[in-house]
Amino acid sequence: MTSTIPILEARGLTRSFGAVRALDHVDFDINAGEVVALIGDNGAGKSTLVKALSGNLALDSGEIRYAGGVVDLNSTTAASKLGIETVFQDLALAPHLNPAQNMFLGREIPAPGVLGKLGFLDTKAMRLRSKAAFDDLGATVRSMTDPVGGMSGGQRQAIAIARAVAWAKGVIFLDEPTAALGVVQTKNVLETIRRVRDKGVGVVFISHNMPNVIEVADRVQVLRLGRRIATFEAKKTNMEELVAAMTGALDGAGA
Amino acid sequence: MTQTAAPTGVPVAPNEQGKAPNFLARLTGIQSFQILLVLIVIFLIFTLLAPTIFPNWTNIRQIVQNVSILAVLGIGMTFVIITSGIDLSIGSVLVFSGVVSAKVMQAIGGSGWGTALVGLVVAIVVGLLWGLLNGFLIAKAKVPPLIVTLGTLGAALGLAQVITNGVDIREVPTVLTDTIGYGNVVGTTIPLISLLALVIVVIFGIILHKTKFGLYTFAVGSNEEAARRVGVKVDRQLISIYALSGALAGLAGLLSLSQYGTTAIAGQSQTNLNVIAAVVIGGTSIFGGLGTMFGTMVGLFIPAVLQNGFVIIGVQPFWQQVAVGAVLVAAVFIDQRRRAAAARGSGSKSKVSLSSLWTRKK
Ligand SMILES: Nc1ncnc2c1ncn2[C@@H]1O[C@H](COP(=O)(O)OP(=O)(O)OP(=O)(O)O)[C@@H](O)[C@H]1O
Ligand SMILES: [Mg+2]
Repeated sequence: MTSTIPILEARGLTRSFGAVRALDHVDFDINAGEVVALIGDNGAGKSTLVKALSGNLALDSGEIRYAGGVVDLNSTTAASKLGIETVFQDLALAPHLNPAQNMFLGREIPAPGVLGKLGFLDTKAMRLRSKAAFDDLGATVRSMTDPVGGMSGGQRQAIAIARAVAWAKGVIFLDEPTAALGVVQTKNVLETIRRVRDKGVGVVFISHNMPNVIEVADRVQVLRLGRRIATFEAKKTNMEELVAAMTGALDGAGA
Repeated sequence: MTQTAAPTGVPVAPNEQGKAPNFLARLTGIQSFQILLVLIVIFLIFTLLAPTIFPNWTNIRQIVQNVSILAVLGIGMTFVIITSGIDLSIGSVLVFSGVVSAKVMQAIGGSGWGTALVGLVVAIVVGLLWGLLNGFLIAKAKVPPLIVTLGTLGAALGLAQVITNGVDIREVPTVLTDTIGYGNVVGTTIPLISLLALVIVVIFGIILHKTKFGLYTFAVGSNEEAARRVGVKVDRQLISIYALSGALAGLAGLLSLSQYGTTAIAGQSQTNLNVIAAVVIGGTSIFGGLGTMFGTMVGLFIPAVLQNGFVIIGVQPFWQQVAVGAVLVAAVFIDQRRRAAAARGSGSKSKVSLSSLWTRKK
């Protein structure tokens, strides 16, 4: 599964927040049809990297290439045009809207004919497709009409994941997608990750759960203090090695 | 890869559907039902206390007519508050638009429909410009809505006084006063101004609850950041909404000219607060993301009916302000409880509060 040109590649990305250098010349790459786990301690820069690669963060310097060509990911719209979708750590759902409205927010299906031109929406179609997407994920979203703000953390997470999976065509970022999920739902998400990968999409999976990482990832890239300090083949590594890399025991100097 | 393409790998299930939504409940929201009950109770009490005067059509007609201009203003305010914003400037924009419109109509001369139509367009455009100014300052310059509209409240009123030297203009084309002002719908005793207001309310109610523009209004108020991330043009949405509020205030300026035959510069100092109170009483959350047009209309009638009823039964009308204040605080209290319930994640909180209302009443 090693193609020569990564679907998404970052070189030397740097971003500081005041005195904190959240990203410090970080490199990253992922191929189409590959699951890359991104791991690192709290504050290592994982979420910041995801934001940079999904058009949610301006960079101080560095270069991003999509399928070999340099791209300017200056907005989420630019990213989703390329087929890059993200499940953010804070989910980014609108709590007062229902699951279907959240699923299709920004990409509503217009009502057929003149009504659609006037701005009316095909609510029924969006509801049906959302429900199908949730069922696909094995998510227990009971109501299509209640606001998501009243739903459990796991249900909201499932909705956010289903939304990203449904729209991603190139790369999907999942920032700690299983953090709020039960055992069954976690299995479902890991299963979904494999299924999305098999469609040829690159999946970036962020998690603090090492068994999950080793189970689902093809490669593991380790961030520490805003840098990528190691890349492992998931099949050839183990928990001890990963933890050592994250905590800086491997690189000795530490930085 | 077009953005509007169907999600890949998401087959459409042919017969499956989520729970059939209760259309009426969706449209009106639960708090507006509760507030409707309150309105009905108030109405019945006054009917009992003054059975011959209060419930007859002449009186009801008066109430409806009094509410009409506020209803037009309430439309814009509902959109604005759903985005978690506020528009304090509507009363001043109403006055300013009325003044400019009256000046223009005065300059053109004549009291026919031609002049009136120009006056109408001028009023709406002038209101729209104030609204655009509000919108730009809020969306682009990121000045909080409270401050921006407090500023334009003062500016618009001050400029209206500069233009008129503080003296009201009392020349209004008679076609306006005779039709929109005091006239009825042909063949009925329904005030024309009320029918006009109703039509506009229904149109914007449909836009709010049934179209993409409405959905984005809720999305921006619910989670601005989330809306931005999925590509909703948040700034444009906010500017449009404040522009709408301004344009409707401009229209209200012309309606007010028609109804009172004067620019009534000093007469609108409480208008913004009255409209905001109505919107909030109607169940629209000042924290954004939640609200209905229907609720706003019910919320407008509560103060109006109280005022009218108190006068009829001989209570000092000052009590109306006390009563409205109490209803307002109660409405926000309910809203807070609802938000707390939502935060706790109780799925059916709305049903619970409605049933508790039924069981506790009487
Ligand atoms: N908007 C911001 N303003 C200031 N500092 C920030 C901002 N975003 C991130 N940082 C800082 O950048 C560093 C990296 O944060 P980031 O959220 O990327 O970590 P993370 O690897 O995702 O951690 P976690 O595992 O806790 O989610 C942290 O020190 C954080 O405080
Ligand atoms: Mg993080």
